[in-house]
Amino acid sequence: MSLVKVTIDQIEVEVEAGTTILNAARIIGGNIVPPAMCYYSKLEGSGGKCRTCLVKVAQGSAKDPRPMPKLMPSCRTLVQDGMVVQNITSPEVMEARKAITEFLLINHPLDCPVCDQAGECHLQDLSYDHGLADTQTVEDRRTFAPIDIGDKIKLHMNRCILCYRCVMVADQLTDHRVHGVLGRGDHCEISTHILKAVDNDFSGNMIDVCPVGALTDKTFRFKSRVWFTKPFDAHRECTKCIGKVVLWKKGDEILRVTGRKDKYGELEEFICNDCRFEHKEPNDWQIEGPRKIERHSVIGQNHYEKL
Amino acid sequence: MAQQILLKNSDVPGLASFEVYRKLGGYASVEKTLKNFTPDQVTDEVKKSGLKGRGGAGFPAGMKWSFLDKSTSNPRYFVCNFDESEPGTFKDRHIGQLNPHQLIEGMILGSYALGARTSYIYIRGELFYVLRIIEKAIEEAYANGFLGKNILGSGYSLDLYCHPGAGAYICGEETALIESLEGKRGNPRIKPPFPAIVGLYDCPTVVNNVETIANLPWIMNNGAEAYAAIGVGNSKGTKLISACGHINKPGIYEIELGLPVEEFIYSDEYCGGIRNGNKLKAVVAGGSSVPILPAELILKTAKGEPRLMSYESLAEGGFETGTMLGSGGFIVMDETTCIVKNLLTFSRFYHHESCGQCSPCREGTGWMERILHRIENGHGTMKDIDLLVSISKHIEGNTICPLGDAAAWPVASAIRHFRQEFEDHVKLQKCPLSK
Amino acid sequence: MQNNTNISEFNTETLELVNRIISRYPEGRQKSAILPVLHIAQSENSGWLSSETMDYVASLLQIQPIEVYEVASFYSMFNLQPVGNCMIEVCQTGPCWLNGAEDILAHFEKRLGIKPGETTADGQFSLKAVECLAACGNAPVIQVGIEYHEKMTTGKADELLEKWQSENKCSHTNPYL
Repeated sequence: MSLVKVTIDQIEVEVEAGTTILNAARIIGGNIVPPAMCYYSKLEGSGGKCRTCLVKVAQGSAKDPRPMPKLMPSCRTLVQDGMVVQNITSPEVMEARKAITEFLLINHPLDCPVCDQAGECHLQDLSYDHGLADTQTVEDRRTFAPIDIGDKIKLHMNRCILCYRCVMVADQLTDHRVHGVLGRGDHCEISTHILKAVDNDFSGNMIDVCPVGALTDKTFRFKSRVWFTKPFDAHRECTKCIGKVVLWKKGDEILRVTGRKDKYGELEEFICNDCRFEHKEPNDWQIEGPRKIERHSVIGQNHYEKL
Repeated sequence: MAQQILLKNSDVPGLASFEVYRKLGGYASVEKTLKNFTPDQVTDEVKKSGLKGRGGAGFPAGMKWSFLDKSTSNPRYFVCNFDESEPGTFKDRHIGQLNPHQLIEGMILGSYALGARTSYIYIRGELFYVLRIIEKAIEEAYANGFLGKNILGSGYSLDLYCHPGAGAYICGEETALIESLEGKRGNPRIKPPFPAIVGLYDCPTVVNNVETIANLPWIMNNGAEAYAAIGVGNSKGTKLISACGHINKPGIYEIELGLPVEEFIYSDEYCGGIRNGNKLKAVVAGGSSVPILPAELILKTAKGEPRLMSYESLAEGGFETGTMLGSGGFIVMDETTCIVKNLLTFSRFYHHESCGQCSPCREGTGWMERILHRIENGHGTMKDIDLLVSISKHIEGNTICPLGDAAAWPVASAIRHFRQEFEDHVKLQKCPLSK
Repeated sequence: MQNNTNISEFNTETLELVNRIISRYPEGRQKSAILPVLHIAQSENSGWLSSETMDYVASLLQIQPIEVYEVASFYSMFNLQPVGNCMIEVCQTGPCWLNGAEDILAHFEKRLGIKPGETTADGQFSLKAVECLAACGNAPVIQVGIEYHEKMTTGKADELLEKWQSENKCSHTNPYL
């Protein structure tokens, strides 16, 4: 594989040809990494939709140094040798990101106080970093009634940002997708159309890939704020998946089981519903030790650092 | 009388039938081309003609063809974009309805040049009656050996089919059209890759507008030089202008590019002036998405030169004082028109047609419509006017496909040129022009 | 009463048409036929697409039902709720508005006693406000089934309504036939 040089916010890095700007930035790490609400490295075809990761390409490549005329989605734009990218060093990018954040919020219910995702919500993080203090909208927000899709997953469509990740999970991890994006424009919704249970061994991963509180774990519903639970790495012998999970405990009680996520909130491995929903007893699991959660959520960051 | 390439025989009765079309010299270009030209030579002719895409973007057609990936053994596809839906634009319907064989003849030439063995005409679902006319014409073309296996003994074979849409402006965007043709939602694809590399069924594909394709027979019959001799500057050939709104003679006109706008609006040969002897207030010159211009800027450029119906002249002055030729949808408004209300209908349109895939367009188009609704109905504030400008600016350039720009430009330009009218709505707390 | 019966299956003639349409697309790409087949299915199911109708289309095209729901709900010509026997679609976008589309729509509302999106109590008429029908030169424009009616006036609307009433006009006939 040939290597190419790319400069992002004045930091130079060498990456394999075919790498996206976003992944090149993740190799550098730190605060120059653009936020990504829809891209998910393990889901083919994801990205390009939310537009939060837009960056400025100030120089296309060494060969063709012209700047790209528009801001580019860093998750879907491949680096070229000699490319120069501006993320947090571009006022234009920061203004666009602020605007995108606002777009994502104008129809969001802002119901964090009653949302199970609070504390590990990527939209919360985004708003904290790029949101306005006040709203500029006066109209009613779009609303949908929460529904159960299957007996273990709750769908709060009001909170959805239409990243399509859960649709891709169903397409790429399961045999028969029964839910999808219905409607058009701002009437789009995640739905099964006729009440159908999303029922297969890997459907629970839809919860983990959801960047917001649109898909939540019914077995954990209103049990605790996540920042009052302690995460532990644990594993078990499982015939369906790798069996490596994070247990979220309060005292001795296992309140929730999730996959293990990296610092960008992406699952390291997808896990099966058996591990996720059916094993909540301490002796179901070999506990490896406390899981260090990377600085991530506005609410979560202080707490986990103390663990 | 201007050169007529597309409308020449429009009033000949029965033009839609093979017999009449053939008698008038139809399909001669296919005979000539399959005999005397290699596919690459056809592409070269189209390149030399200077023909630009007539759907709105104005990208040189021959250059678009030359991007087609010919290195793979995959099939290649040629697709006609007949999803005509841009408000103010109704020229393609005219071709499909009255002169379907000229479109088919062009499809054969384009398919031959690109090496396509199967081609599709994607036609908006509302125009099903036109689809039926074209399907009948296709049947006749098969029966007479111009479609199907071994056309005219040339060894070249082509199948041509119509495909109906079902109500979605976004499918006029070529990658959304391809998705729709594949039986999916009309969500535009994220580019690159472009269709010339990865298009229909992941194969190299060219998508061209109806009018673009209908020009091909004339170009092959008369030569690229003859086509390039028509027009002005880089605006070669003729253009169909569909004129509507407050004019005496709404309709479809074929002009030689370079015609003065003033002549187009006021001459009896074209629009015949403003209805009821009213004063011209504003024009949207190239379909609803292009910037609106007030009378003084559509008739003359900011430099005081006469504005011409050409790609360059209409764009003169950039978006500050100019606009675009776009699709040729020419919407004329007289002094009685409320610019805010007209804009509200455009914004409602773009809100309705947003696919919902990317957040600026999905959320921003509806937001703009709601604010305009408030202003038009007397509930707006001065801050709302600036907010509209800011939303439009934040949508523009930040979306997956050009629908975002198409929604943003009308808003930005209406406020740029008619700010006073927006402020009057706010001050009076009602529409100053409402009855 | 609205007619909300469900088609069970296409007859032989319609199936032949559907198969002919499917054959226009490459092998394994039969999903491409979804829009034409949904148009046909809607016309055979009293002008709307019920879940059962969509499931049937899914089985014809050998795809998952959700793939049909996703597509059907995207395109504005498909009705996912029962509609009247005769659907009147009134264009309301810029050029039609400039030429009095609001008066035409208001006239239909008054004559039928319904708002856009509604159906008359006898199930005969539905009214729909639609976006640009690409016939702006003859604005204002309405569409009924595959017919366009252009340069509309309130007088013309009355004439048409009378005609449609007397002939019990049905707007959802198979668009291919």
